[in-house]
Amino acid sequence: MAHSAFVRDGLIAPKPPPMTEVGAIGWMRANLFSGWLNSILTLASVAGTVFVFYELLPWMFQSSWTANSVAECRAAIAGAHGDGVNGACWAVIRERYLQLLYGFYPANMYWRPNLTFVLMLVALSPILFPNLPRKMLWFSAVYPFLGYFLLWGGTIWLPISILLGFVVGYFLIALNSARMGLLFGVISGAAGTVIYWIYIASWFAQVAHDLIPIGLTEVESARFGGFMLSTIIGVTGISCSLPIGIMLALGRKSDLLIVKSICVGFIEFIRGVPLITLLFVASTLLNIFLPPGTNFDLILRVVIMVTLFASAYLAEVVRGGLAALPTGQFEAADSLGLDYWKSMRLIVLPQALKISIPGIVSTFIGLYKDTTLVSIIGLLDPVGLTTSIRADSAWNGIVWELYAFVAAVFFVFCFSMSRYSMHLERRLQTDHN
Amino acid sequence: MKRTLLVSAVAIAGLAGMATAATLDDVRAKGFVQCGVSTGLVGFAAPDADGNWDGFDVAFCRAMAAAVLGDPSAVKFTPTTGKTRFTALASGEVDLLARNTTWTFSRDTDLKQTFVGVNYYDGQGFMTHASLGVSSAHELDGATICIQTGTTTELNLADFFRANSMSYEPVPIETNAEARQQYLSEACDVYTTDRSGLAATRASLENPDDHVVLPEIISKEPLGPLVRHGDDQWADIGRWVLNALITAEEKGITAANVVEMAAGTNDPEVNRLLGSEGDLGSMIGLNSDWAVHVISAGGNYGEIFERNIGSDTPIGLERGVNALWTDGGLIYSPPFR
Amino acid sequence: MTDRTLPQRSFSVGMLLYDTRYRAMTIQVVAIMCFMLLVAWLIGNTIQNLNALGKGVSFGFLNQPASYDINQRLIEYTSRSTHLRASVVGLLNTLLLAVMGCLLATVIGVFVGVLRLSHNWIVARLMTVYIEVFRNVPVLLWIVFAMAILIDTLPRPADFRGENATASMYFGDTVALTNRGLYIPEPLFMNSLGDLPVLGVFEISLDLLAFVLVLGAGLWATARIRRRADRIQEDTGIRPVTWHWRILLLAGPTAFLLYILGFTLGLPELKGFNFKGGIHMRNSLIALWLALSLYTAAFIAEAVRAGIMAVSKGQTEAAYSLGLRPGRTMSLVILPQALRVIIPPLISHYLNLTKNSSLAIAVGYMDVTGTLGGITLNQTGRELESILLLMACYLAISLSVSAVLNWYNDRVRLKER
Repeated sequence: MAHSAFVRDGLIAPKPPPMTEVGAIGWMRANLFSGWLNSILTLASVAGTVFVFYELLPWMFQSSWTANSVAECRAAIAGAHGDGVNGACWAVIRERYLQLLYGFYPANMYWRPNLTFVLMLVALSPILFPNLPRKMLWFSAVYPFLGYFLLWGGTIWLPISILLGFVVGYFLIALNSARMGLLFGVISGAAGTVIYWIYIASWFAQVAHDLIPIGLTEVESARFGGFMLSTIIGVTGISCSLPIGIMLALGRKSDLLIVKSICVGFIEFIRGVPLITLLFVASTLLNIFLPPGTNFDLILRVVIMVTLFASAYLAEVVRGGLAALPTGQFEAADSLGLDYWKSMRLIVLPQALKISIPGIVSTFIGLYKDTTLVSIIGLLDPVGLTTSIRADSAWNGIVWELYAFVAAVFFVFCFSMSRYSMHLERRLQTDHN
Repeated sequence: MKRTLLVSAVAIAGLAGMATAATLDDVRAKGFVQCGVSTGLVGFAAPDADGNWDGFDVAFCRAMAAAVLGDPSAVKFTPTTGKTRFTALASGEVDLLARNTTWTFSRDTDLKQTFVGVNYYDGQGFMTHASLGVSSAHELDGATICIQTGTTTELNLADFFRANSMSYEPVPIETNAEARQQYLSEACDVYTTDRSGLAATRASLENPDDHVVLPEIISKEPLGPLVRHGDDQWADIGRWVLNALITAEEKGITAANVVEMAAGTNDPEVNRLLGSEGDLGSMIGLNSDWAVHVISAGGNYGEIFERNIGSDTPIGLERGVNALWTDGGLIYSPPFR
Repeated sequence: MTDRTLPQRSFSVGMLLYDTRYRAMTIQVVAIMCFMLLVAWLIGNTIQNLNALGKGVSFGFLNQPASYDINQRLIEYTSRSTHLRASVVGLLNTLLLAVMGCLLATVIGVFVGVLRLSHNWIVARLMTVYIEVFRNVPVLLWIVFAMAILIDTLPRPADFRGENATASMYFGDTVALTNRGLYIPEPLFMNSLGDLPVLGVFEISLDLLAFVLVLGAGLWATARIRRRADRIQEDTGIRPVTWHWRILLLAGPTAFLLYILGFTLGLPELKGFNFKGGIHMRNSLIALWLALSLYTAAFIAEAVRAGIMAVSKGQTEAAYSLGLRPGRTMSLVILPQALRVIIPPLISHYLNLTKNSSLAIAVGYMDVTGTLGGITLNQTGRELESILLLMACYLAISLSVSAVLNWYNDRVRLKER
């Protein structure tokens, strides 16, 4: 000891906290057993979870993946795990998963929906990830036609000739608005495009196809099914409804009384009735509302009604985005002397839509789940297919395995999308700070 | 997929022909018959794993395609539910409906359909668990009954129980698979539908002997193909294709020997039917050898029956009242003359 | 006279487009013309198509006998009743399901939403799992799932029968749970007051009416007593003991009324094929009720959580510093404030539940979609009229629910300066 002093010149090394406050025990005390109520809740939760797993796990794992029919499967399980064991017949999934994914789409052409799906992700990426090159938006614009061609096949000239309609419209707008003003230009462009589609497009496609026949084998709509069908209906519905929804939202915010009442009336009507009644309209009434002799297949009719349905919900989402925008933005646009459309296009909508993206994604999740309703009007979506698989004499009596598979796939899709939307929400929040 | 579908809607609207025009010309122009069938009823119409349709009703569609276009595969199928079938026909979505549909007064008149005949005489019956010890439908007072909806079934059932002053608990069910599940787990005591459907369901159960089909038949269900009101030529074709199938069985013309017999036989009616004598085909706007195509497509009525729903199939239906009139049944065709 | 300085131009057609004074008008006129044209086009097509089919638009079929039976009837109905009455029976079933569903969904949703914010790690995680699993799987699947579970796991009526029955009734043989549904005792009155016909359409049981009246009067009286006690407490600081008076006022007259009416319980009993007597909650109703409530509750829970998180943390701390316990902090301080944030999404979830109840046809529950939009449509072939009526029914429900809840929302909204 060099010197004896009353004052310490060094710190006492901190003592370890009591055993009950740190580590696993401390954590458990703080988070699981902080009071009698919490303790009871914890024990009940643990007991419940254990019970569910105890009941579920043997069923899931004492299963058969190889059998070719229910009877075979039951026998295999009894043989492997003893009599009276209730196991899952995952074999039905092994045999039918392709059907649940693609419906009756010809097996040698599975690359077409696969490619369409991959291209869809590519087309979506510039919209979802703002730091990708803007040029990719051109691909997104062409993608719908490409997707249609890939999925349904037929001549490539039909989508091209329809696409040409937009070119025709663009030229008419450019020509006429230079000479006679923007409004007239837009009207003439729209009219020209519609006239082109109705009278020239199919003729042009026919002629071009006769000259240069390029095309894929045609696949009729009746062969579409499974998750492919759900995805087609969901994605087409949401993307077609986006422009309509934006127009409705703008209309609802507009000062023009008549425009506003038409928009409000439409939105409230669609939001007031269940989707299933709209699907009934698609399956039984739509043909009655259209000119005599008009006839197109059920999937298209369903897509039309689903689009109308989604556009009303999207309109509300976009309206929320518009409402969240500070009034200063509108006023700033006005003070710059921009007219209504310019201020909307250049200032208001880009910001409002950005805020609305999480809402749009959750609308899409809702719509995607709702596509299961088409099974009620006889389309073979995953739920509809479970019925037809159960009607097969080999798999008569299977219930849980099919539902579990369909539910699991839906869960994976919807859960990842909802996580993505939450991620977006967080990113948008930091952007504003 | 922004605008494609709207656009193609417009395009297709432009392309689509007038459904109200003569159906025959329409069918010839597009090159196939659009046939409405059920969404899946074993033996009558069901798609296999590759999506190819087969069954008793499907065979009639193929026969029509053979008669009109000479090719039994020139047919496309539209699955219809009980709700959509009549609108599909009325709106021109399908050219013909072969979907075990009961011929009733109001469907024929009020709903403006034309039934071309009866291809299967059915009747509503009951199936119940043998363990309940029920031997007659009159003992079903208070029972819970699974009904497949969308047909005349629920009406017959209501009438039967009302007429016999009994009560029951109806459990309406959309599909046969669902009904099976509920019936097997005894969520209902009784399953009621057409007897053909009951037989098919019972045959597919694990222990058919545990289930009894009660003897009562509480309704008449003449099932037949139908077409739109107002196109007599198309209705005539449907009617006489069906009659040709029946007459073929009566005269012993089969898919195997039809070509041989078409060369000419000693029976003038066979000759008229197969076109080697007279010119019946042109009277309904078809080729003279239309019936040859019809019969070679899937055989005569008896062959179609046996192949799809007959006693050698899993459905295992007896001919019963659906035997030819010459065998004491009700299947009867007007003469080809 | 500044007007004089404005350029004097005579009216020209171009001004309709380029003069802001007229443009709004022009656009509106064009819009309404387009709209009318569209409507006229649709109606014209419809008339033309219906003429071609030889069918007119007529609602006469509603007065024809329906000829089918409905299992769950809240009002008198037989197969000889009209299609209109069948639709009303279906509509009432829809409303019953919607009300039951909204109640249960709210209870579960609030419970789960609060528990999800719990400090208890395992409970919070479990609630998250519940919410994510239910939100991300289609409700139609949940409905068929629930139905399959009920049918396959619950005992059959036959299991209650015979010497070696494998299943038994609960609560002293008063409640039976079978795969056909739940049978519970029903209230019966020996000296019934009879029924009161309303508009000749349906009847209200006078017994029920009397019961509700007496109970309501009792509640009113107890509320008066409590308010008086509050006043005395505020004036004097001493709260008079009133609980025995309140219980007496509530229970006494009610018990007396029940005694006069000869109240007994009708117990379910296994007779013939089924349990007879008692109230039968059918398995389709239970399956739908559970599935719709659990599904919607997951969304409500998220709304509740968002609402609670929206209340600033200072409020909780202030409540703690006042000495309130966590439970009372939640119920007295946090939830009342969170309610303002919660109610708007809650309204839309209630409406979604009501609209989703139309999926009842998947399990054969006879709601209005099952009667009017199902069997009636199939049997009469009147698609246009049936579906329009069906939409009108749902629209009326949706609009009135949102009207009532919006009114309530306006009342509880924070009064801002």
